[in-house]
Amino acid sequence: MTAIDSPQLVTQETKAPPGLLRRLVAQRQAKIGIGLTAAVVLLALLGPVLLPVITGFTSTEFTGRPFQPDGVFGTDNLGRDVLSRFLDGGLRLLAYSALATLLGMVLGVLAGMTAAYAGGRVDSLIMRSNDVLLALPSLVFALLAITVLGPEGWVLVAVIGITHAPRIARVTRSATVDVITEDFIRAAEMYAVPRWKILVQDVLPNITGPLMVELGLRMTYSIGAVASLSFLGLGMQPPTADWGLMINENRIALVIQPWGVILPVLAIAVLTVGINLITDSLARAAANANVGASK
Amino acid sequence: MMPIILRRLATSVLILLAVSVLVFVATLLLPGDPAQAILGQQATPERLAALREQMNLNDPVWQRYLTWLGGLFIGDFGVSAASGGAVSALLGERIGASLVLLVAAGAISIPVGLLLGTYSALRRGRAGDHIATGTSLVLAALPEFVIGIALVTLFSTTVFTILPSVTMAPPGEPVWNYPQQLILPTLTLVLVVTPYIIRMMRATMLEVLESGYVEMARLKGVPERQVILKHALPHALSPVAQVVAIQLAWMAGGVVVVEFLFRYPGIGQALVDAVTNRDVQVVQVLAILIAAVYIVVNLLADVVGILTNPKLRTGGAR
Amino acid sequence: MSTSLQDPIRTAVLSATGLRIATTAGKEILHDVSFELQPGKILALVGESGSGKTTAGLACLGHFRAGLTHTGGEIRMAGSGPSSNILDLPEPERRKLRGGVISYVPQDPALSLNPAMRIGDQIMEVLQVQGHGSSDAERRARVAEVLAEVGLKNDDAYQRRYPHQLSGGQQQRVGIAMAFACRPSVIVLDEPTTGLDVTTQALVLQTIDQLAELHNVAGLYITHDLAVVAKIADEVVVMLSGEVVEQGPTERVLYQPQHDYTRKLLDSVPDLAGKRRVGRTSVITGEQPVVDPRPAAAEDRTRREASANFLEVSGLRLAYGSNQILDGISFTLAPGESMMLLGESGSGKTTLSRCVAGLNDDYSGEVRLSGDTLSAGTRARTAEQRQRIQYVFQSPFSSLNPRRTICESVEVPLQMSGKMGRKERRRRVLEALDQVRLGSSYLDRRPGDLSGGERQRAAIARALVNAPSLLVCDEVTSALDVSVQASIIDLLRALQHETKMSMLFVTHNIALARHISQRMAILQHGQIVESGSTDEVLEHPRHEYTRELLANVPTF
Repeated sequence: MTAIDSPQLVTQETKAPPGLLRRLVAQRQAKIGIGLTAAVVLLALLGPVLLPVITGFTSTEFTGRPFQPDGVFGTDNLGRDVLSRFLDGGLRLLAYSALATLLGMVLGVLAGMTAAYAGGRVDSLIMRSNDVLLALPSLVFALLAITVLGPEGWVLVAVIGITHAPRIARVTRSATVDVITEDFIRAAEMYAVPRWKILVQDVLPNITGPLMVELGLRMTYSIGAVASLSFLGLGMQPPTADWGLMINENRIALVIQPWGVILPVLAIAVLTVGINLITDSLARAAANANVGASK
Repeated sequence: MMPIILRRLATSVLILLAVSVLVFVATLLLPGDPAQAILGQQATPERLAALREQMNLNDPVWQRYLTWLGGLFIGDFGVSAASGGAVSALLGERIGASLVLLVAAGAISIPVGLLLGTYSALRRGRAGDHIATGTSLVLAALPEFVIGIALVTLFSTTVFTILPSVTMAPPGEPVWNYPQQLILPTLTLVLVVTPYIIRMMRATMLEVLESGYVEMARLKGVPERQVILKHALPHALSPVAQVVAIQLAWMAGGVVVVEFLFRYPGIGQALVDAVTNRDVQVVQVLAILIAAVYIVVNLLADVVGILTNPKLRTGGAR
Repeated sequence: MSTSLQDPIRTAVLSATGLRIATTAGKEILHDVSFELQPGKILALVGESGSGKTTAGLACLGHFRAGLTHTGGEIRMAGSGPSSNILDLPEPERRKLRGGVISYVPQDPALSLNPAMRIGDQIMEVLQVQGHGSSDAERRARVAEVLAEVGLKNDDAYQRRYPHQLSGGQQQRVGIAMAFACRPSVIVLDEPTTGLDVTTQALVLQTIDQLAELHNVAGLYITHDLAVVAKIADEVVVMLSGEVVEQGPTERVLYQPQHDYTRKLLDSVPDLAGKRRVGRTSVITGEQPVVDPRPAAAEDRTRREASANFLEVSGLRLAYGSNQILDGISFTLAPGESMMLLGESGSGKTTLSRCVAGLNDDYSGEVRLSGDTLSAGTRARTAEQRQRIQYVFQSPFSSLNPRRTICESVEVPLQMSGKMGRKERRRRVLEALDQVRLGSSYLDRRPGDLSGGERQRAAIARALVNAPSLLVCDEVTSALDVSVQASIIDLLRALQHETKMSMLFVTHNIALARHISQRMAILQHGQIVESGSTDEVLEHPRHEYTRELLANVPTF
């Protein structure tokens, strides 16, 4: 009698599924998303550099009378060149959104993992504070902070990051709870692996899927929030060139000089839609190991 | 069942109290003196002292908090630093106007979202599903002002000029006397909120449709219509109620941008003005108000969840 | 191969011929499957996970799960003309058959009963949909009748219960009542007793058997458990990766198997009497009381120091609230001895094993290893104590981090206990992998690339890498197919011979007793109700509970 499951024989078709990123880019939707996002990001990054070459104006220079069709896209409410302001206005939005998202992710992931892993009182303390923060819609929270602290750049980043944190913490916590009930965590505990090492080496790599999705989602919201605040006149302050602010400044003349509004609106729309497409594909890739294999 | 709901209610009250502390602390962080802010730089020391007395600024912090909180309960919202008038007078009509907008948007987006989401789930993988999910994916990504401006461009300036782009009701007249002016703001909110409801409804329905009890119902020979209405839908309601609640509550915040865009005379517009003028009293009251809406709506969603779950309803006894 | 049993005398109620089912992506998962169901007889569809048995069973109801399509073959009901192929019928026609003429009992009633509907209403629904009886009153009477038939209470209060207010066995009987409600002529049962304890399983099997015979119903019983087949089936169809490899009367298939796979499968089934040899090592009978520690004793330092009572557990108690999980457990284990801790779910056996291994530190009482009292909780124990007791988890799908290679996972104990360098650790890991018959090619693979059996071997390697003196195995085979179980049991016995370690083998499967342990202790409600040598307990059970277990365990 020989053993049936002699391992060499049973090496069946249990082939490893392709990695998360490969599954992501295998989807057409993700490719479109990456294309859209890359286009706007490149525009925002290169715009300020190429500004002197393309238009010859700075973004705050007065080039003519307000709302004239001078130049490629005309002038804005104060007579500045619209194209120059457009090229110069994306970088700050991107940078602020990225910083806010990053801050939110760091705070949220730390809080969520701690809550899930520590459990008990620490868990309920963190989650109850979360509930309190969640009860204030993020825009209202941001407005409250701006009232008190003024429309400074760091205030925007900090306040948007902080409003993201509870939502990220929730996602992180539930993903972590799923992982820490697994036996390999118990095994690590059994071998007295230091707790921080368990979190870094056993938990974190197993929750990257949901975290990446959350990162994309929060980036979309950050862009929306930073741009909205500027649009309300409570974010970036004049005379800074900024897409949100441009919309606010030029919308009174939507009929006679639409470019000052349409260009930034379009750029923001393409950017957020692109990121959302990537995020959605990412969510699908994270949830299902077979995504992209059949397509 | 009642104990669960009561406990949930108590949590809500506690959270609201915590929010009020948070909001109140914001005043303390404000550089300078509220009395000074109201009276301006030229105020005489006597008038400043009098106003400080009147605003209880000389009391200890906790006492000021309690006075302020008590005021909220009886409708005394304090004095606006910008106008010097009572906050309640400033906000009275605007709350009504905003509610009109919110209720209209909710009344449209909830049924539309639930129907489209269910439709999409039932036609999974077919053309109708692709259109619904694709559209909602794109719409869900767009910030509200982008949608609003797109609508304005489309319907009131360039392509068609059939709808007013701003709200201009004569002061004192309620907004609903000019229904045409309500269309664009409402539509913007609907377009912002509905995609989330569609997506969540679709995801929940798909999950429920793949559950063991739905398969069992089909294997029992239950007609498809009855499978969906009796076995699938009831289980999708509770998770979707949560999302609807979050979306409704979100609208309470998102309405700020929409009102600003359309110059709609609601609390959102008031909030932006107050922030611009650094009128903390008004901002505080509005923040509490909006948080209260959020908490109440969430509470309702949880009650729906408790009522639709027999395990919670019957206390889980074996 | 098509081995349809054409017997002119018998008339099949349902016959599947040349059934082919493929995934929508085009991969065929059922290849030319044929079988026939006779009235009043039960046909068992036997196979391991992935054999396609559930897919074949659902096809009898004309139902295909999402992602599967029917590509060939037919399923015919007796008594109708050439158009009787169920799979050709339009959906509404198929629907009328389901629940009425052909009914289904699901694997997991906890998932298959609608949690928001009262059980009476759920049974009532089938009757209404099928138009059984002429009035609601008549149907209501039928609900009460069928509940009584499956041995449940049938008063109004009981009918108004929700599924969560019933036990697992009761839920399954509601499922059976629902299936029998319309007096079907064919009933498909999909592993209906998986997850039930043996006593409940025996009751449910009896109910099914009686009802099928009484109402002359043809049954298709899908299962992986050959012992259950022996008990209930008249005929057997054996499936292997979507293909029928053998079919025939139960007697013949079980006692004179023709196909190699059937033979292997049968050899893998542990039996109470220990007649079969599961794997290479011989079974444990009276002649071989203990894995012989004597010859090796001289070379083994720790063994020399150990007293007769190598592991000593005394007065172990643990409660969560009013729920007493462990209620004063005491036992001892000699060096080189293997002991089975037997208990059904909820008996506290896993908790007990975790207390011993230090994974659970909420207990009161004492665990002594070679005379030293161990602290509760692994973090409080010394590195040496941690090294000496090793634990293997139930599910190999959960106990290895999917993101780390096998080498990274297996070397953790070495990392934590020693000053070994990377190279030295890798060498030791390789040795351990050799011990569990996995080669060096597994070092840098991840759990996702491995089958369940291979993963469990890797998990055992992790426990072995530090050369423990006590191995605690918690239901290590219950997540695995029976043939894999056999190889793991075989491996554990061989390892015990090689290393002379002691072993605590926790399980719910009494049939494994003679294949793994010299002694056994039987747990019920957190207490050891009986213990002794395996022979003693199996042949002269003293406690009522043990006798009941032995009476109900299906065997052949």
